Amino acid sequence: MKKNIDKKNNGKVSSPDVVNSHTGGSWAYTEKVKSHFFNPQNILLVDPEKETYDAEGIVGSPACGDVMRVWLKIDQAKDKIIDFKWKTFGCASAIAATSILSVMITEKGGMKIDRALKIKPGDIVRRLDGVPDRKIHCSVLSDKALRAALNAWFKKTGQFERVSAEGSKIIDPYVKVTEADIEKAVLGGAFTLKQVQEKTKVGIGYPECIPATEELIRFYCEKHFGK
Amino acid sequence: MLKKKIYLDYASTTPLDKKVFMAMKPYFFEKFGNPGNLYHSGRVAKKAIDIARRKMEKIINCDPGEIIFNASATEADNLAILGIARANKKFGNKIIISNIEHKGIHSSARLLADEDFDVVEIPVGSNGLISPGKISKALDKKTILVSVTYADSETGTVQPIEKISKVIKKFRAGKGAPPYFHTDASQAFSYLDSDVKKLGVDAMTISAHKIYGPKGIAALYIRKGIAMTPVIIGGGQQNNLRSGTQNVPAIVGFAESAVITKRMRKKEYLRLKKLRDILEKGIFRMVPKVVLNGHPQNRLPNFLNVSFLDIEGEAALLYFDNANVEVSTGSACDSETLEPSRVLLALGRSYEHVHGSIRFSLGRHTTAEEIRQVLRIIPGIIKKLRVISPLDLKLNESKKISRPEAFAGGRAPHFLRNKK
Repeated sequence: MKKNIDKKNNGKVSSPDVVNSHTGGSWAYTEKVKSHFFNPQNILLVDPEKETYDAEGIVGSPACGDVMRVWLKIDQAKDKIIDFKWKTFGCASAIAATSILSVMITEKGGMKIDRALKIKPGDIVRRLDGVPDRKIHCSVLSDKALRAALNAWFKKTGQFERVSAEGSKIIDPYVKVTEADIEKAVLGGAFTLKQVQEKTKVGIGYPECIPATEELIRFYCEKHFGK
Repeated sequence: MLKKKIYLDYASTTPLDKKVFMAMKPYFFEKFGNPGNLYHSGRVAKKAIDIARRKMEKIINCDPGEIIFNASATEADNLAILGIARANKKFGNKIIISNIEHKGIHSSARLLADEDFDVVEIPVGSNGLISPGKISKALDKKTILVSVTYADSETGTVQPIEKISKVIKKFRAGKGAPPYFHTDASQAFSYLDSDVKKLGVDAMTISAHKIYGPKGIAALYIRKGIAMTPVIIGGGQQNNLRSGTQNVPAIVGFAESAVITKRMRKKEYLRLKKLRDILEKGIFRMVPKVVLNGHPQNRLPNFLNVSFLDIEGEAALLYFDNANVEVSTGSACDSETLEPSRVLLALGRSYEHVHGSIRFSLGRHTTAEEIRQVLRIIPGIIKKLRVISPLDLKLNESKKISRPEAFAGGRAPHFLRNKK
């Protein structure tokens, strides 16, 4: 499948580059993004019967423009994810990011849950050979969707000590943004609510958490940068 | 996948007409003079501009000297709004615009709001039309300017400009004083009568690259006797209203493209309407869960804007592109600000619907065969993206599912901005 696409892109087909209408510069999706966008892997094709999959997770909201839903099959004895199916509503990088994550999880016959929990947005972006800066939040969502499914699994199997994202409090249940995510955003140079929202989407679908988020931003700014 | 590229984004820009290029060519080379110079080369350039201006004045039926050339429709819109408002402040400080104006108008009005102007946005009805009655109610002694687009660039819905101008004239009661009426005819000019006297407008924007002319040139018609302050200042060209050496070849090309466009107007209107209707009917017949954006009848003949539910516009755009069909979307993911189309939201569409919007706009080189080919590939593309999508929105649930505050943007989200 992938070869097919590459061949096409070397041919006369115009590549789906999108031109920045303000600066005139163009940002192109990488070949890897294109390949997974046009030939997504591991999509859930038929709505599953109950109990076909062991766990399910969903993040995002249609109004925000990105929704990701993942289904997992888990080998409980080996504590290993053995199948990863998904569906995504969103732009090219959102679709490609979920597709590549499904490949990362399943390519070697599955992945130990502990390892899967360590997958960071950066790992996904790297496997895609990069995505445009503005679009990184899309891939941030696909690891969140996986985590949401694993949390569901932990709850279902009574492993409550493993629930929750990195032991951090969830601030926005909609996009599963945690205090740790806010701290990471601040460390990454986001000092205002606007900048943190660009990175995390916190409070967009759940504005009730904005006062708390603003407080956290002030707190972490002071903690790390003394301002 | 189609062998030959099919371009269905004529509302975005159009290819230059070869006849237009031939008319322009000498003004790049042997007739390169600066129209501001008195010697022969300058006079040749000046004469070319005068002839071009005269041609355009005839087409829009205005008096000599009532056209100012600008570098873009955005600049012409800026000049109309900022220029008229600032020069007429002694009469009042209220400006009325519709909520589906082009950003060139909208951003100018926002800028004026910071300069202590009172900006009133009249919302379109759910059918996409501005009601003249609403304009009439909004007019008061302080109102100096009204701007309503002739046809918007996303759905092509045609506004009742003549009726609105009658309302404004009635309010003026024969006096020449404000409120003045401006319209942006960039999209409409190709297909609709743009006679400023018939329309009853005091100012009008038209753009060359939408009518098979060159990019980088547009015009603002402004009725004589209306005070206006310039936005671009310098050497005092064009009666001090728009400084800067005139773009002679572009102006010559603009006039040529306007002449050709006017000549082809009626025929193209009928031809494209037929093709557009085939496309529209075909999509609605073959693809479930599609919503038409814009007025079903009062629409430019080359516009078709639809929302394919459950899929995201940028993804659809890139699938179309991969199949060699070029269209545009109002989805946020495709925009610089990561915000969805303001115009579609103004029409009362939910965020979910706007995210899945695709604009097809036909033009002079669109053929029946192209429409047939596009119709053949649309169902497959939509089907594939719907297989990937986890959503299953219902056609009539738009209001219920929408969360207007739920949108991430490069700027602060709506609910924060509105607090200001």
